Amino acid sequence: MIEIKDLHKSYRMGTNSLHVLKGINFKVEDGELVAIMGSSGSGKSTLLNILGMLDGADSGEYTLDGVPIKNLSETKAAQYRNKFLGFIFQSFNLINYKSAAENVALPLYYQKVPRKERQEKAMKYLERVGLKPWADHLPSELSGGQKQRVAIARAMAAEPKVLLADEPTGALDSKTSYEVMDLIQKINDEGNTILVVTHEEDIAHMCKRIVHLKDGVIVEDKKVEQVRAEQYV
Amino acid sequence: MFNKDRWREIIEVLTTNVWRTIFTAFGVCWGIFILIVLLAAGKGLENGIKQDFGDTATNTMFMWTRATTRSYEGLPKGRSFEFKIDDVQALRDNVPNLRFISPRNQLGGFGGNNNVVHGLRSGAYNVYGDYPEIINQDPMSVTSGRFLNYNDIREKRKVAIIGNGVKNDLYDKDEEALGTYIKIQGVNFMVIGTYKKNNSGGGEEGQKEIFVPFTSFSQAFNRGEDVGWMAITANDGSSISQLKDNIVDVMKKRHKVHPEDTRAVGYFDLFEQYNRVESLFGALKAVAYIVGIMVLLSGIIGVSNIMLIVVKERTKEIGIRRALGEQPWSIKKQILMESIFLTLISGMVGIIFGSLVIFGINSLLDSVGPVDMFMSPSVSVGVVTGALTILMVSGLLAGFIPAQSAIRVRPIEALRNE
Repeated sequence: MIEIKDLHKSYRMGTNSLHVLKGINFKVEDGELVAIMGSSGSGKSTLLNILGMLDGADSGEYTLDGVPIKNLSETKAAQYRNKFLGFIFQSFNLINYKSAAENVALPLYYQKVPRKERQEKAMKYLERVGLKPWADHLPSELSGGQKQRVAIARAMAAEPKVLLADEPTGALDSKTSYEVMDLIQKINDEGNTILVVTHEEDIAHMCKRIVHLKDGVIVEDKKVEQVRAEQYV
Repeated sequence: MFNKDRWREIIEVLTTNVWRTIFTAFGVCWGIFILIVLLAAGKGLENGIKQDFGDTATNTMFMWTRATTRSYEGLPKGRSFEFKIDDVQALRDNVPNLRFISPRNQLGGFGGNNNVVHGLRSGAYNVYGDYPEIINQDPMSVTSGRFLNYNDIREKRKVAIIGNGVKNDLYDKDEEALGTYIKIQGVNFMVIGTYKKNNSGGGEEGQKEIFVPFTSFSQAFNRGEDVGWMAITANDGSSISQLKDNIVDVMKKRHKVHPEDTRAVGYFDLFEQYNRVESLFGALKAVAYIVGIMVLLSGIIGVSNIMLIVVKERTKEIGIRRALGEQPWSIKKQILMESIFLTLISGMVGIIFGSLVIFGINSLLDSVGPVDMFMSPSVSVGVVTGALTILMVSGLLAGFIPAQSAIRVRPIEALRNE
């Protein structure tokens, strides 16, 4: 599904440049649930931004579902993001003047899905995250866990190939964190490919594979026994 | 473009900070208001001045003779001469595109003695010997009877058309004027019509004139072949100002005047005068537009500023939208539409206010009666459409920089966690 070869990325900070990613080689198969771990500054967010086509690499190859991702125009990148990727953020990033259902329907709107179909789909995904009764609520009327579940519904609404979660539990207490991870695991069980960036050990162990980043290189890549979040809920 | 979600969003963005939106809108509203009111005031002034011209044929010149200032062909300088009645035919033959040529003779004038008598009353009036065409050059409405015709000219009938002012002076209130006689310098003329002039240009004086046939005038007052002066009107397509040199040259040639004698033939070019007034109003309009648009410009800059702030405030939201796959041009379109919508709505409010003020001034003018040099200020539909176009364009311009800066925000920066 995802294939990365010898990926480099550096940022210019004034006169000296900061080499963040120093040759990443990495492959994700269909249906995997991968945790990307590392301390701050290890380059995990940069890697996720590149995977999410929010940022470009300096050199190296990136293939997503057989499509080479290189030198994309903004328009093309927006189109690919919409079609291939679903984002889940640490700070939820819901649009605060739109109701839960409207937030979920947003990616479909960019796909020019007709209004009625959009609403139906949004309700379907809200139901899946267990928030159907809250469809008309604004984000400010929802709890943190509920917000993240709306964000997950939104990420899934466009039926993307890969879900990218950047610290999905970073802003939640442990109980709601497990609820969210439980949801992510269930979505993965249905065959979706998910990448989770985290620095929490317990969250990482709820994935099936852990990739450790340190100073811009992968230091460890191992399959783990998945801990089901269900038991903590 | 007419997409329900997009419009809902525009309304939502503009109503999140209602007072800010209102104050921004006021700038544009004020600008367009000033523009409309200035243009209407200019139009009012123009209407007022133009009314003085009335429906006078403006493509007209008047020509008379003066003493020569140069000797020519053995004739001395300082010689007086008169136009003759054959000059009219000569002009018709030699100068194309002339519509009317009216030779005229005149008795009386400003401060003249009493020259007209009816019964026991008498008065001093301008008496003109004229051809029937004069009614086209110096328009008047015949209120009773008829105007001169060519039978009067041919048969040298002693008939007269008198102004309402003359009738009021010489006749009793209910007395019938038609068919009665007035004595002009001792010669009796039968009154066959009365007239009233519409334009205020001649003022009261204009209503106190007497028109008699040119031929009878010449005979009765011993003018022979002489012509006092001429009123010449060109065809609508051509300008008398261009023809006048040719006309004057023909006259000089016929009367043996030195070709370079600029004093011998005097003339007054009404068309040039009229054009001067026209161009004055053109300039006035230009000033109104410039001032109006300048004021509008500051309003537009206000809109642009607010849109920049809106974009800044929504940086994160725009980043989210782009991460979710919204196309950059779609974001740009959104910002542009917000800006155009804001300018257009506030501009329309300005136009409505301006129209109300103009309406108010008009009804005030109606109630206090006519004011000198100012009449029915108004703006045409063309001006309103023009103003709306200006608004549309300026809204687009105002939104352009903010829209550009909105899509320059990279989603990654917008989403950076605080």
